[in-house]
Amino acid sequence: MLRTVFSAAAEAQHNPLIPGIPDLIWSAVCFIALLVFFWKKILPSVQQNLDARAEVIEGGIKKAEIAQAEAAAALEKYTEQLAEARAEAGTIREQARQDGVKILNELKEQAAAEAARVTASASAQIEAERQSALVSLRAEVGSLAIDLASGVIGQSLSDDAKAASLVDQFLADLEKSENSAKPESVN
Amino acid sequence: MLFAGTYFELNRVMLIRIITTIVIVLVFWLATRNLKIVPGRGQSLIEMGLDFVRVGIAEDLLGKKDGRRFLPILTTFFFMIVAMNLTGAIPGFNIAGTSVIGVPLLLAGVAYFTWIYAGLRKHPGKFLRNALFPPGVPWVLYIIVTPIEVLSTFIVRPITHTLRLLMNMIVGHLLLVLFFLATSFFFFEAPGLFKLFGIGTLAFGFVFTMFELLVAVLQAYVFTILTAVYLQLALADEH
Repeated sequence: MLRTVFSAAAEAQHNPLIPGIPDLIWSAVCFIALLVFFWKKILPSVQQNLDARAEVIEGGIKKAEIAQAEAAAALEKYTEQLAEARAEAGTIREQARQDGVKILNELKEQAAAEAARVTASASAQIEAERQSALVSLRAEVGSLAIDLASGVIGQSLSDDAKAASLVDQFLADLEKSENSAKPESVN
Repeated sequence: MLFAGTYFELNRVMLIRIITTIVIVLVFWLATRNLKIVPGRGQSLIEMGLDFVRVGIAEDLLGKKDGRRFLPILTTFFFMIVAMNLTGAIPGFNIAGTSVIGVPLLLAGVAYFTWIYAGLRKHPGKFLRNALFPPGVPWVLYIIVTPIEVLSTFIVRPITHTLRLLMNMIVGHLLLVLFFLATSFFFFEAPGLFKLFGIGTLAFGFVFTMFELLVAVLQAYVFTILTAVYLQLALADEH
């Protein structure tokens, strides 16, 4: 049996380190066939497929990047618009406040002017009434005094000129005594 | 034997090689017939195998550009050796296509001329000088260094490259033959209780078949990566 083992091992017929020519030829045939097959057929198609895959992946990444950039731009735009709107609102509020102050001031001025006008007209009216009262009082006091005086001195002061001068004299005296301010001196 | 006596004499190993070659072509042709960007199961598997060589060996050692340049040779080496090694553990074939010196010697020779070609092409004139007279060594030492470099780089390297693969496969084959013939002997010819030894030898035969599967892939990887390393050394800027 062992002899069979050795004869099986010796199937290579001679020293296994020395190649037979058919051995080399068939090795070369197989190698060249496989080399050409891998070189010209398999590797190019696989490489092409890999490139296509890389392109798809890169395309996807690029697409995502673009979308992200767009989103960022939109966000920036919205933020900007928001800030603008805020600033505008602030301006409007400030304007309104200023307008309010202005209106208030105007109203105050108007009110003050109106008040001044009312006061002025009132004082003018008072003055006019005082004047008319003074005039009528002077006439009444004049005739009253003449009546009184005629009664006292018993003579008719029919002469108007005399009477007038007398009244005037009287009133001047009256005013003078009034200025020295004693009500009993009037009597 | 077909074509007996001619240079195209076909024995069992040659037939196994041819069948293996046809199987490789069929498998890869069918698997890459309809490549898709999103791969299916079969395509993923094939791509994994091709990527193992492309990324794990070629691009890793040689970089993207040179890796792609020498990828056809490295890919062919790896898949040819793997398939021809595996036939040693496949019932019916029972011998590795690489366990006769033709394939290891041819492939080591191709690797040898490829890396010398690559070196001469990359550093014309300087390649041999740098390989034989390593820069930075005092000139007196060249008396010792240069013969060593000649021997190790240009003579021993292709021989070890060949023999490492060949011997692994021959020894693996002999081990399996020994175990299974012993099993057959113990079961059918040994007397009485000696038959029980057959169980042990059968178990060892099974274990070593598994081991041969590992060795088959490992040796293909080693052979391919060594080729890539030789190329890398030849292409390196500084030797």
